[in-house]
Amino acid sequence: MTVAPARPVAVRDGVGDSARRPDAVAKVRGEFAFSSDLGHDRMVWGATVRSPHAHARVLGVDASAALALPGVHLVLTAGDVPGVNRYGLERRDQPVLAEDLVRYIGEAVAVVAADDPELARRAAALVRVDYAELPALTDPELALSGGGPVLHEDGNLVRHLRIRRGAMPAAADIVVVTGEYEVGMQDQAFLGPESCLAVPDADDGVDLYCSTQWLHVDQDQLADCLGLPAEKVRLTLSGVGGAFGGREDLSVQAHACLLALRLGRPVKMSYGREESFVGHVHRHPARMRYEHGATRDGRLLYVKADILLDGGAYASTSAAVTGNAGCFAAGPYEVPAVEIDCRSVYTNNPPAGAMRGFGAVQVCFGHESQMDRLAAALGMDPVELRLRNAVDTGSVMATGQRVEGPAPVAELLRRVAGKPLPPPPGTDPRLLPGGMSNSTRAEGLLRGVGYGLSVKNICKSAGYDDFGTARVRVLARGGDVLAEVHTAAAEVGQGLVTVQAQIARTELGVERVTILPADTAVGDAGTSSASRQTWISGGAVRAACAAVRARLLERAAEVLGEGAEALRLESGQAVSELSGRAVPLVELLVTEIEETAVFRHRDTQPLDPETGQGDAHVAYAFAAHRAVVDVDPELGSVRVVEIACAQDVGKAINPAAVEGQMHGGIAQGLGLALMEEVKVRDGRILNPSFTDYLIPTTMDMPPTVLDILELPRADSPYGLTGVGEPPLLSAPAAVAAAIRDAVGAALDRIPVTPEAVAAAAVGR
Amino acid sequence: MTGFHTAADLRHACELKAAHPDATLIAGGTDVMVGLNFGHTSPAALLDVSRVPELREWSREDDTIVLGAGVPYTRIVDELGGALPGLARAARTIGSAQIRNRATVGGNLGTASPAGDALPPLLAARASIELASLRGTRRVPARDFFLGPGRSVLADDEIVAAVRIPVAAGAEQFAKLGPRNAMVIAVASVAVTLDPPRRRVGCAVGSAAPTPVVAGDAETFAGAELDWDGRRELPASVTARFAELAAAATAPIDDVRGTAGYRRHAVAVLARRTLTWAWQEYRRS
Repeated sequence: MTVAPARPVAVRDGVGDSARRPDAVAKVRGEFAFSSDLGHDRMVWGATVRSPHAHARVLGVDASAALALPGVHLVLTAGDVPGVNRYGLERRDQPVLAEDLVRYIGEAVAVVAADDPELARRAAALVRVDYAELPALTDPELALSGGGPVLHEDGNLVRHLRIRRGAMPAAADIVVVTGEYEVGMQDQAFLGPESCLAVPDADDGVDLYCSTQWLHVDQDQLADCLGLPAEKVRLTLSGVGGAFGGREDLSVQAHACLLALRLGRPVKMSYGREESFVGHVHRHPARMRYEHGATRDGRLLYVKADILLDGGAYASTSAAVTGNAGCFAAGPYEVPAVEIDCRSVYTNNPPAGAMRGFGAVQVCFGHESQMDRLAAALGMDPVELRLRNAVDTGSVMATGQRVEGPAPVAELLRRVAGKPLPPPPGTDPRLLPGGMSNSTRAEGLLRGVGYGLSVKNICKSAGYDDFGTARVRVLARGGDVLAEVHTAAAEVGQGLVTVQAQIARTELGVERVTILPADTAVGDAGTSSASRQTWISGGAVRAACAAVRARLLERAAEVLGEGAEALRLESGQAVSELSGRAVPLVELLVTEIEETAVFRHRDTQPLDPETGQGDAHVAYAFAAHRAVVDVDPELGSVRVVEIACAQDVGKAINPAAVEGQMHGGIAQGLGLALMEEVKVRDGRILNPSFTDYLIPTTMDMPPTVLDILELPRADSPYGLTGVGEPPLLSAPAAVAAAIRDAVGAALDRIPVTPEAVAAAAVGR
Repeated sequence: MTGFHTAADLRHACELKAAHPDATLIAGGTDVMVGLNFGHTSPAALLDVSRVPELREWSREDDTIVLGAGVPYTRIVDELGGALPGLARAARTIGSAQIRNRATVGGNLGTASPAGDALPPLLAARASIELASLRGTRRVPARDFFLGPGRSVLADDEIVAAVRIPVAAGAEQFAKLGPRNAMVIAVASVAVTLDPPRRRVGCAVGSAAPTPVVAGDAETFAGAELDWDGRRELPASVTARFAELAAAATAPIDDVRGTAGYRRHAVAVLARRTLTWAWQEYRRS
């Protein structure tokens, strides 16, 4: 054993460093393998037969023409599902394959396996399904009123969250503003369409390689659908091409497993872009009615909100989204009295579910539009009105929950408001509204500035037992110490594997860290959503590292003959703070050390069903945005000139990754503000491609000015809080506000189309 | 699809097209492949003309540019900005850099979509289209080429070989409108050309009728009203009337990209602006 004096060397790429993503170069060079790149020597291809009707009885399925094609192996329908033909995140209400009823256009009715993807698609087109069309319920207001057909056993109301707090003030000397607002259906627009490879095993089980946000919740649903015990449905995460909530629900997974198990051959499925638009859930379209009352000096007295979310044909996460939209309907403001009703309904529209922001985005557009309207009614600066009402630590939210931990809402707003304004527009038409279209020489150009403040919960809420599991192994290899980190947490592009390695390096003082592929061979990590993975799976990695460290120090204490409490790990050594002596870890690892830890955040409570009151959330995160826009009032074209965003992240585990989240969130928020909408008529998506579902290009995305606050929390690893969602939340509200400021007219719906801007500008 | 034919030269292409009249021509593939991949079109065969040398070049014959149908937009932007400023301006608005590297004027003509960005400049400039077949070559004025959405005078055995475009005699402008600042299909577009020697104005509109259309009344009106010799500033009454007449030439529809009313409004605004910009340029020249 070598016992030498300690050499203090800080670990590289630990917590707080902008460690480089291991997948960065491969992704930029197009060499990264996504789930759509998976292959197997013996594999066949699956394709899906989908309903062309929004609501219809399925009278029969005739697959004979498809099966007659050479190279077509199998066509499966509902009767071939060996287990329970239902899946769903909150309630199992969605059939893997439709039985006697289809409830939306694009619902899966049958699946086909064939030798190549083109043949599989052709075969799917040859499967003849006889339908008897039923009246379709596509208007959420009608669904709420009880009109139209009843789509599910328990009726068309998915959830009604009722929040009541405080007494409504008597109507004396109160300034009241009302408004009705609408948010269109946004798509996650991830670049990697749904895809997977299912490989049947000799034990009658299946190995599934897929893109998902949560391996264990997929496994749980798949096991039930396939009628297999969970240990026979093994999942491994493949390269995920973005998620944003759109991969929380099952898509190809069950279909590929069904085909693979029946055929005894590997089955690959991969959607094209058009199919992807019906293959995953979208952001809930929202209709919101608001009433705000305030004193003449701009103190909020009450907020009334009535919010309706179109959940589409199946529940997905509608109940939780409803909860969030209700909880945050009043925004990050102190409001003595609230009366909030938030409802979601079933319709025959495409199902809505999780998307980055999860209900808080829609209501943010509502409450921020109201704050601007109120400021105008009071003749007050919109920043000043917000500052006057912003919550702080100790404030009480609409649900009666006291804000614990940092809540620098006013500070965030002051920071974005204090940034210098960008210079006035120049003459380069590419930088004017219309950009490359050459539509203006700045004729009548108007500039506007708008603000948005936002709040959202971090981690799972309302009593959910939210936890993460991590297994950490330390071993000597080639004279060096290697740490392996194994979790089931999904790297979906957000950079979780980078963060996990940083935490292991910092906790163990070891430079070489390998993140093993995420799979179900290790315990549940929970979902890569709700901005929770760095906190929860990061916390689990940290806890597992602590357990490993304790055992390493025990061994070191023995060697050094000193108490373990005076020892610490640093640069691959155990170092004594008392004697300064050190022992290389590699010498302590004659046998490897492995520890598994489960990390939980503190408990939360469900909301009271009558009053909506309760401590339902672990933590609140806040963001502030300022948008500056140039508007061509005649054509209605908009150029966003700059977006400033300030966000409190507690602790930036990887500052470059935090900035990346902010850039991405702002871009996605700008998209919702100006162009991103899945247009649905009579239940049919009219623009299922990137030709007509527009996302911002580099000519639309402006320079950003970012301000990252690090006010540590007391209750999280390293004091961090979630960073993924907040930078999106108030971006759309700020952009819409800036356009209103420019044209001097109301705009109550996002995305704000050029046509709406032009009409507003004319009507001003 | 039963066949894929590759033409070595123009003669070969005409032979193949005569032998396979139901084959769809493919050059850059930026339209054809989208249709194929989405299953919107299922051509009996593809006839690849991307390697036909005659289609890949342009030349100048006196005051006319003879533009091979297969010259990609990137080259039009790089090489023809001086001679054909209107077409080059339109080319810059097309798709992304990758699309412009592959897409061709021949493709815009073959697809015959009213939203083809290169088409209004061809109409405004009074270009003619050279159609080749084993029967010979004929020239059709661009203004007479289109019959309806996706339909043109192109016969089954014919190939768009070239476009003959007069070298700009004066200022040319093109502007379009879309809900995004790049890579967007036009909700409306307008091309304007000034021909001072002939005292003539060209004006054509895209995305606002079943085909790209000429705003003939607007052209006649402006040709007569513009102060060609004095080069005085344009009176607002002239630009307003020009805009009105341009909008009147359209027959727009409501669709997922915009309403008819907005398209008409946009055509008027773009017509007024492009005429103003072109006139300013003329006054400075």
